[in-house]
Amino acid sequence: MTNGEKPVIRLTSATHPFLEGFDAEFLAAASEGAEALELPPEAMVFHSGERARHLYLMLEGKVALEIEAPDHPRITIQTIGPREVLGWSWLVPPYTWPVDARVLKPTRVIALDAGVLERHLEAHPDVGYRFLRRLIPVIAKRLDEARIQLVDIHGT
Amino acid sequence: MGPESVAASPTSDAVPGLPEYAPRPFLLQDRRQETSDTVTLTLVPADGGTVPSFRPGQFNMVYAFGVGEVAISISGDPTRDGPLVHTIRAVGKVSTALTRLRPGDVVGIRGPYGQGWPIDAAEGKDVVVVAGGLGLAPLRPVLYELIGHRSRYGRVEIVFGARSPADLLYYSEVQEWRRRTDLRLQVTVDSADRSWYGDVGVVTQRLPDTRFDASRAVAFVCGPEIMMRFVAQALEARGLAEDAVWLSMERNMKCAIAQCGHCQYGPLFICREGPVLSYRRLKPLLAWKEL
Repeated sequence: MTNGEKPVIRLTSATHPFLEGFDAEFLAAASEGAEALELPPEAMVFHSGERARHLYLMLEGKVALEIEAPDHPRITIQTIGPREVLGWSWLVPPYTWPVDARVLKPTRVIALDAGVLERHLEAHPDVGYRFLRRLIPVIAKRLDEARIQLVDIHGT
Repeated sequence: MGPESVAASPTSDAVPGLPEYAPRPFLLQDRRQETSDTVTLTLVPADGGTVPSFRPGQFNMVYAFGVGEVAISISGDPTRDGPLVHTIRAVGKVSTALTRLRPGDVVGIRGPYGQGWPIDAAEGKDVVVVAGGLGLAPLRPVLYELIGHRSRYGRVEIVFGARSPADLLYYSEVQEWRRRTDLRLQVTVDSADRSWYGDVGVVTQRLPDTRFDASRAVAFVCGPEIMMRFVAQALEARGLAEDAVWLSMERNMKCAIAQCGHCQYGPLFICREGPVLSYRRLKPLLAWKEL
């Protein structure tokens, strides 16, 4: 997504709501390999089937999660906006993205390196626990929303 | 007397020469196709008289002659004298007949009936309006009122959800409202193709983005019942009191004067006590699966 030398990122608790309350050691570790990306409309954040290597913290803009299947038109199933988090597939086998993520509006995002995160969280289980306590509600919320979509509340 | 305890009766003056509950002939002046199955009808009294005033959230019984009568919310502007406006989706025999009418055709109207949105209780407060699909029709008069008397209200947050971009009602008007700087309107659809650059996701997904002071806010919610249940729960979780959340219920209204019982919902007659009711009154009933 970027060319040339990566600018150094120093994450703080204020960088994104997902990071609120984490200690300086974790923030310093998560800053390693983190990238600030500015993505134009139509850029792909990731493609379905690719190895998942990042956790994305949305700062600005809008990203569409899209699914395409044989004999089905490509559809957008959800959009993700500022203050939200995108991408936990690096934690779940087979560690590949299940959907495409396409930029709809100019987007600023911080991409955290999943390998760096994993190493730190494995070495510090207490932080790993807090990290998962922070991530699981995000996943649960998406699951709830998917269930409501499944009910097709406007379809009747 | 509270808004939930007024006896059912049409709020219009009786028309001389007509029994109080007889349909009054209205002429279809204009017909606008909103979506593939939904139209907005603009109607004027065939007798040349005035259109009865109404409160946002009230409904009329609309009679397709020779077919039947159906309850339809009023979706016009209550702040201005003007024609009667109804937005109708073709669902059953009567509503389908109404959507097929052409300018010059005549329908019967009686009403308006029922308890509307408690707009007076919203003065000085933040107002959250959540509409799903056709639920925007009974809320459009609320938006006219909020916009027409903008200084009377605090922050105004609107969330409008539909199944797909093709199902969005009042599209050009919604775009105008989105451009306003004195309110915030979020539009979301359940799914979309790649030509849609707006939000995709259920309405509840947009609620965390709404900004209001829960201690001095009211919410008006209309849409499919299951959507209203999820939205009311989400608003309650944001700190809104049960009696600050108002829902518009849809039931099979037949007589509209609390006599036939078709619209009975537990202890309530929706045509008389509703269609707009507080979540405080509805919450135990919504949890009752047999109702």
